[in-house]
Amino acid sequence: MSNPSQLDRRVAVAALLKNRKDMLVVSGLGSPTYDLHATGDRDDNFYLWGAMGGAALIGLGLAQAQPGKRVVALTGDGEQLMGLGGIATIGVARPRNLDIVVIDNQHFGETGMQASHTGRGVDLTAIATACGFAATGTVRTLEEVQRLAAQMAEPVGGPRLFVIKVLAENPPRSLPSRDAVFIKNRFRAHLGFAAA
Amino acid sequence: MHSPKPNPETDWPSELYRILKGADVRQMSYVPDAGHSQLIRMFSADHDVTTNVLTTEEEGIAIAAGAWLGGQRSVLLMQSSGVGNCINMLSLSAIGRFPLLMLVTMRGEWAEFNPWQVPMSRATQPSLEAIGLKVMRAETAEDLVETVESAASLAYESDQQIAVLIGQRLIGKKKW
Repeated sequence: MSNPSQLDRRVAVAALLKNRKDMLVVSGLGSPTYDLHATGDRDDNFYLWGAMGGAALIGLGLAQAQPGKRVVALTGDGEQLMGLGGIATIGVARPRNLDIVVIDNQHFGETGMQASHTGRGVDLTAIATACGFAATGTVRTLEEVQRLAAQMAEPVGGPRLFVIKVLAENPPRSLPSRDAVFIKNRFRAHLGFAAA
Repeated sequence: MHSPKPNPETDWPSELYRILKGADVRQMSYVPDAGHSQLIRMFSADHDVTTNVLTTEEEGIAIAAGAWLGGQRSVLLMQSSGVGNCINMLSLSAIGRFPLLMLVTMRGEWAEFNPWQVPMSRATQPSLEAIGLKVMRAETAEDLVETVESAASLAYESDQQIAVLIGQRLIGKKKW
């Protein structure tokens, strides 16, 4: 199997979120959570350490509750493959403020680097297109990630799914808090909601 | 003009809708189910509530957590066979202490014609309790209305994760 890309995942995520402004970001368990934390811990990050398959759908509920804010669900190919049905649900819901960004190393990196379905030919952007997403794209270079970051700030008519192809490697862990209640209350406080 | 007082024995879905609206529920997710069809219709016609049709029930657990992160209350409708799909995703609600209200119509326990519904029926309450949910059950329409009212307060005001099981006897025998 050929190497999907020479792009370093941390460099890619840092470039994607460099000027994120008031974007709300939910990250899927495993490396996307470490990648997001490595860009800097923030109140408007919600990190998953479990609930595999849930990141994009947490993004949907959040996007629907906060239609004035852009929501980014940062996830991995393994996690999004587990939530394939969620792409159909999001396609039907048609939120105008939700982007799913799949950091795709084409492997199950948390569990021994077995080749994943995307490494065997499954194309998540084609699935999203078939589910009615407003836009999709695949990027493989830093320049393309930078163009994508600029594009994400523009208004759009429906949900988008972007795949960033990255090197299959496990950079050193960058670990956010594992206290979900703390992360939840901090996130809600950022939006002006008091902890119950 | 006064509208007639609703009779909970015959119109419990309208009563549940009234209670959930009164609790400021703004999102509803569902996997289609005959027992919930009236409630699904009422929410779908309500422009103040965002409804999501799901491909599988666990999606609704994640959506409910996202809604709460964004400041909205949501409710999830399903039948008991869908509970089995939710167990790992429910760890999100449990570990994050996210308010969660699931209304679950039971299959496989009362005049059920399909034996394939029976094993999950038997597993519904124990598996929900094993992952950390509080389970409340109602066998009559009147009890159901009170139970959902209580469950909504517990969920949204006390950050609890609750499944209300709606007994199959209440739904009535499925006619083919």
